[in-house]
Amino acid sequence: MSDKNDTAQETRRQFITFVSGGQEFGANIMTIREIRGWTETTQLPHAPDFVRGVINLRGVVLPVVDLKSRLGRGLTEANPKHVIIVVKSGERTIGLLVDAVSDILTATAADIQPTPELARDSQSAFVEGIAVLDQRMVTLLSMEKLLASLAGDNVPIAEAA
Amino acid sequence: MDPMESIRQGFFQECEELLLAMEEGLIVMEGGDADPETINAVFRAVHSIKGGAGAFGFDNLVGFAHKFETVLDHVRSGTLACEAECIKVLLRAGDVLADHFAAARGGSPPPADSDVVEDLQLLSGDTAAEGAGDEPEEFAGLGFEPIKFDIETEPHAPAIAGWIIRFAPRAALYAKANDPYLLIRELGTLGSAEVLADLSTLPPLDAVEPDQAYIAWTIVLNAPVERAKVEEVFEFASDDCDLEITPVEAAPEPVASAVVETAQSTEPLPELKPIEPRPEVKKETAVQAATENTSKQTIRVDLDKVDRLVNLVGELVITQAMLAQRVAETDLSKSATVGNGLVELEHLLRELQEGVMAIRTQPVKSVFQRMPRLVRELSAQTSKQVHLSVEGEGTEVDKTVIERLGEPLTHMIRNAVDHGLETPKERVDAGKPSEGTVTLSASHRGGRIVIEVSDNGRGIDRARVRAKAIEKGLISAGAVLSDEEVDNLIFLPGFSTAAQLSNISGRGVGMDVVRRSILDLGGRIVISSNPGQGSRFSLTLPLTLAVLDGMVVAVGSQTFVLPLTHIIESLKPRVSDIQAFGRDRSLLKVRDSYVPLVDVGRLLGVADSGRDAAAGVVILVESEGCGRLALAVDRILGQRQVVIKSFEQNYRHIEGIAAATILGDGRVALILDVDGIVNRCRAQLADATPLPATGTGP
Amino acid sequence: MAKVILTVDDSRTMRDMLKLALTDAGHTVIQAEDGVHGVEVLGQSGSVDVIITDINMPRMDGYGFIDQVRRDPLNRSTPILVLTTESEPAKKQRAKDAGATGWIVKPFDPEKLVAAVRRVSP
Repeated sequence: MSDKNDTAQETRRQFITFVSGGQEFGANIMTIREIRGWTETTQLPHAPDFVRGVINLRGVVLPVVDLKSRLGRGLTEANPKHVIIVVKSGERTIGLLVDAVSDILTATAADIQPTPELARDSQSAFVEGIAVLDQRMVTLLSMEKLLASLAGDNVPIAEAA
Repeated sequence: MDPMESIRQGFFQECEELLLAMEEGLIVMEGGDADPETINAVFRAVHSIKGGAGAFGFDNLVGFAHKFETVLDHVRSGTLACEAECIKVLLRAGDVLADHFAAARGGSPPPADSDVVEDLQLLSGDTAAEGAGDEPEEFAGLGFEPIKFDIETEPHAPAIAGWIIRFAPRAALYAKANDPYLLIRELGTLGSAEVLADLSTLPPLDAVEPDQAYIAWTIVLNAPVERAKVEEVFEFASDDCDLEITPVEAAPEPVASAVVETAQSTEPLPELKPIEPRPEVKKETAVQAATENTSKQTIRVDLDKVDRLVNLVGELVITQAMLAQRVAETDLSKSATVGNGLVELEHLLRELQEGVMAIRTQPVKSVFQRMPRLVRELSAQTSKQVHLSVEGEGTEVDKTVIERLGEPLTHMIRNAVDHGLETPKERVDAGKPSEGTVTLSASHRGGRIVIEVSDNGRGIDRARVRAKAIEKGLISAGAVLSDEEVDNLIFLPGFSTAAQLSNISGRGVGMDVVRRSILDLGGRIVISSNPGQGSRFSLTLPLTLAVLDGMVVAVGSQTFVLPLTHIIESLKPRVSDIQAFGRDRSLLKVRDSYVPLVDVGRLLGVADSGRDAAAGVVILVESEGCGRLALAVDRILGQRQVVIKSFEQNYRHIEGIAAATILGDGRVALILDVDGIVNRCRAQLADATPLPATGTGP
Repeated sequence: MAKVILTVDDSRTMRDMLKLALTDAGHTVIQAEDGVHGVEVLGQSGSVDVIITDINMPRMDGYGFIDQVRRDPLNRSTPILVLTTESEPAKKQRAKDAGATGWIVKPFDPEKLVAAVRRVSP
């Protein structure tokens, strides 16, 4: 669906936007599989803080990443009102813990600006750009990069909560 | 998939089967027991490979197969007697054929085969000129490429307007179901034809014999085509008829008058009817029944479909467990019918599960069958005489396990031939037969698969192993080890006793890699040895990778599962049995020995686990290469069969955790990996203190 | 005109390729894996329009099969084409002597296959 949009008019993509720690983020809708409410996770030994554990998603064991914590802004105090967004990129599927889901937005290349130099920090690795839509600032995240960073031995430890 | 591509894939599969059948047959022939049917089967296998390969243009494969097939043809027809030397050539040819197939399939360059080809040709007595695509010998070495000219056609042949064909079939033509009507019809496709029947020898109707030939035809074909095309029409029938083909040159006079002169009858052209009416048979309904191959004992199923089934059944098991748990928490549990129903459900599910798992099992034969060739090659490379004895090929193992068994087995057999067996001279000097034996066997034992690779060679040189281990710092000089423990030192990483790393066993791919592969399969491997008499590797493997029997334990608020296969026993420790050791280690006294005590909660970072081992329970487990361990947990929750769920794809490998499972309450529980726990302990130790790995205390 | 054709060959690849070439030309194909099976299948289906058979097969080879077919009154005059490779002229002759109508050379060209079928069957 968004493929046609891609080729027909330059990079016109759909994003799902969500809120985490007071900030609004967006992710390519093609990476989103489903949305669930928060459930208790089973902890993984010696995992980084932002990996809250695993849950059972209809028979698949899904790791849950706390987005707020992953971006170095402390742990989410999760309750059933929070949301887990199930994201898939490549061979990996994970759950992303956020506060709430907002909207589905469409943005063209014109709407997206690169992240300002001075604003870059540990978050920037996953950020694809900033979109300004309806006078809101939405930070667009690359799910691909976020998921890929889970593998490997050099997973950065989140700054202390 | 494009149909041709699908047939191509099918051909590759079929070739693999044919190569195996060929090898089996050759081995039987080698043993001297071959009956004509076995030899025939080998011939047919090679013949079929050649046939299929031709269709896909695998010329090198076709060429080699042809030469091989020629020799086999001589053997099966009895014109070539096949004894030991001949069989050796055939076995080698079989190996080379397999290499040609692999090259054709992978698109890589064909293998070198000139000496085998030479041997084959010696056997068949054929000159080099035989075979697809060979250069005739007389042109070899001339220094230029001979070019063939087609000198048959005359440069200035007169223009042909057509042909006059006199066609007189004999009885045999009809007997072979050839039909003059059809032949003449085909002539008609070359150009316009006038047909005249010669009925002069046709007797009166009541004297006509239905299977005799009485009629001849003269056909005038107005088609300026080559003679060869006309001959082609009669190709099948040419032996069974009298055929005269005369060209008609383009001439002013109309061809028709020529016809009038040669016709032997003045009757008008009769309408051609088939001589024998075909019997009317209802074909349609009968065909339906026979359209599919008559069902045999096997069907081919996509592995994906089976995997889906296995997963579904796994989900069923989990759901049933959840249901049972929920019911147990309610008043429904008091109802006998509900209770019985659930028990019945569990039984049925277990049966279903076993049935589905059985679909995925295959005989280990498919893995074992690669070994004879390996042994032949190793034997040649090391100049040792080796006999491979295989037992229990029919033992059924889950397909996923089989696929990963090949490499470790190959390595163990390499090891047995390279290090285990002595040279023929050494063996004779030791009073043994010059031929060494490697035995490969598989069997079911107590719900596990046991595979053994043993040899009757020199056994493990314990002094040397010990010395090497000390040299590499793997054990301390004064360490006291039992014979068995010394033997198992070879599994430690970085170990190798070969004075020169031989070509065969390779650098750095030691027994530790083999062990790791087996552990990854959820199995275990031990070695036992008798100096001078031989060694034996014993592998035990789970029947399936999908399900495991586990003990469910609580550590703090977390639930873990321990594989039953590793558990020796569980016990309630007394405070007096727990001894502190070193800086922060503990040992547990179990009967007469001391076993390292591991606080699982602390090791895995479980926040609220109990710290007092004496307040909880200890599970005594067996690990590879580290003997026994005592795992301290808080409570035992029960024993259960659990479905194994991997999380490594979505996350990554965690040392000490094998996989996950979903319990009856829907929550995820982690399955512990005993050997991983040992590694974690070691790692902690290495990080925390400067004590050497085998430190005996401050 | 569409025919019902019986193909007899122990190689699955060959059976698949024959089927593909023949069904592409609009014919109906039934299959057997060797001579014995071929006789069984013929028994079930009554008669067919054309038979294509290999020579080298287990249990009953091509010669035996052709012989059997020619003895069966229902299929005495069913055209039989044998699959041969170029280097087997003696086999071709033997097949003809056994009653084969014609032959197809392996590896076969689908067009030649269809033409051969047309040549032997109305």
